[in-house]
Amino acid sequence: MEAVLDTARENRTGLAGAFVSVVQRDLLLAVRRRADVLTSFFFFIIVVSLFPLGVGPEPNTLREIAPGVVWVAALLASMLALHRLLAGDYADGTLEQLVLSAQPLTVLVLGKILAHWLVTGIPLVLIAPLLGLQFDLPGDALAVMALGLLLGTPVLSMLGAIGAALTLGVRGAGGLVALLVLPLYIPVLIFGAGAVSAAMSGQSVEGHMSLLAAFLLFSVVVAPWATAAAIRIAME
Amino acid sequence: MALNLWRFASPQVIYPIAGRMAPMFMAAALALALAGLYIGFFVAPTDFQQGESYRIIFIHVPAAWMSMLIYVVMALWCAVGMIMNTRLSFMMALALAPTGALMTFIALWTGALWGKPTWGTWWVWDARLTSELILLFLYIGFMSLHAAIDDVRRADRAAGLLALVGVVNVPIIYFSVQWWNTLHQGASVSLTRAPSMATTMLTGMLVMALAAWMYSIAVSLIRLRAIILEREADADWVREQIAPALRGAST
Repeated sequence: MEAVLDTARENRTGLAGAFVSVVQRDLLLAVRRRADVLTSFFFFIIVVSLFPLGVGPEPNTLREIAPGVVWVAALLASMLALHRLLAGDYADGTLEQLVLSAQPLTVLVLGKILAHWLVTGIPLVLIAPLLGLQFDLPGDALAVMALGLLLGTPVLSMLGAIGAALTLGVRGAGGLVALLVLPLYIPVLIFGAGAVSAAMSGQSVEGHMSLLAAFLLFSVVVAPWATAAAIRIAME
Repeated sequence: MALNLWRFASPQVIYPIAGRMAPMFMAAALALALAGLYIGFFVAPTDFQQGESYRIIFIHVPAAWMSMLIYVVMALWCAVGMIMNTRLSFMMALALAPTGALMTFIALWTGALWGKPTWGTWWVWDARLTSELILLFLYIGFMSLHAAIDDVRRADRAAGLLALVGVVNVPIIYFSVQWWNTLHQGASVSLTRAPSMATTMLTGMLVMALAAWMYSIAVSLIRLRAIILEREADADWVREQIAPALRGAST
């Protein structure tokens, strides 16, 4: 696999080459425009920090609401980042070139989603345990939270990509994306937050984690395909 | 002579047929609703546990059934439209959406009215209530997306794709919410076992369910006619046959 990727990277040909090129390009763009990426990251931190101020600093209450708060904030932050995924490429015509390219759009879209998740999802996974500490969560719950986010945030990026593609160039796309995408996020929220709560009450988290992993596999199969279809509709 | 079903995919053919069928379905809806309400309010016995307040199920349950059924039918028309590339299918889906949203809203509203005397609260975060609320969001999302895109063809296809994504997700959402929390009583009516309610209650509910079907079909057909006229305003058949008649009727 590594050898195939290496040759593909050198020649930039074939399916793997196209995939790697898309990922590299989007990562490079993200590095060049760091502020865009950091916005959703700090948004996540600020939203989580608002809750103790609103609810009060009582440790038992905070411990109880922490899983839900962190997950809802992750949902909102990943939704907020969606406009970066396709809108820029749609505006400058890059997306049209991807549609016209000889490689299947589904795979290119998967590359874009992967790059997007690496830039917006991974930081949430890494910072979440620190925020959990502020809510006085025990160690094993923090580990479960990080693992749950690791499985759940790619699902959010995949489902979000469908919403982002459907609202390309549409009036009031920002609010509309929330309306389309947030109801679809609900299962991830339920089992992500449920896993942390289960860990805190000493129950097994295997069921929650298995379902999150199942959502991930299912969305890897379905979401890039639906996103590609939505992009084609927008390009007509 | 073989009947050519494809003929009915043409808006021009369906427009007068829908016009003739809508009043019939509306009349059936009225008759069934009157009969159902009569059975529900005068014939059906008072429930020994819930008293008179249970009678709201004669509206609540049919509305809840229709809310789910209409979403599936809507997604089906969207799928037909995407696969066959027929304009009329998307118009059907669009005509169904407001009725589906209305039924979802009625189911939630009557459920709240029933919940207050029975559970002592207007709203609980129970599996069925929550998934019905999410269904309402999905309907609103479908209609908002369609309304936000000016190009009708693109709006049809984008909203159609959303409906299909939604229909894949509805079972997932339903079960996740069900495992999350539950208080709502289990279904009292099922196909596999004897219903756990008095026969007259069941009759009243089924008659009301039929009335809800007839009503939904009737208003969807009326809305379909309006959508056809709106989209085909520049077509010859509208200009030559429909527009003069409408103009004549209004003067």
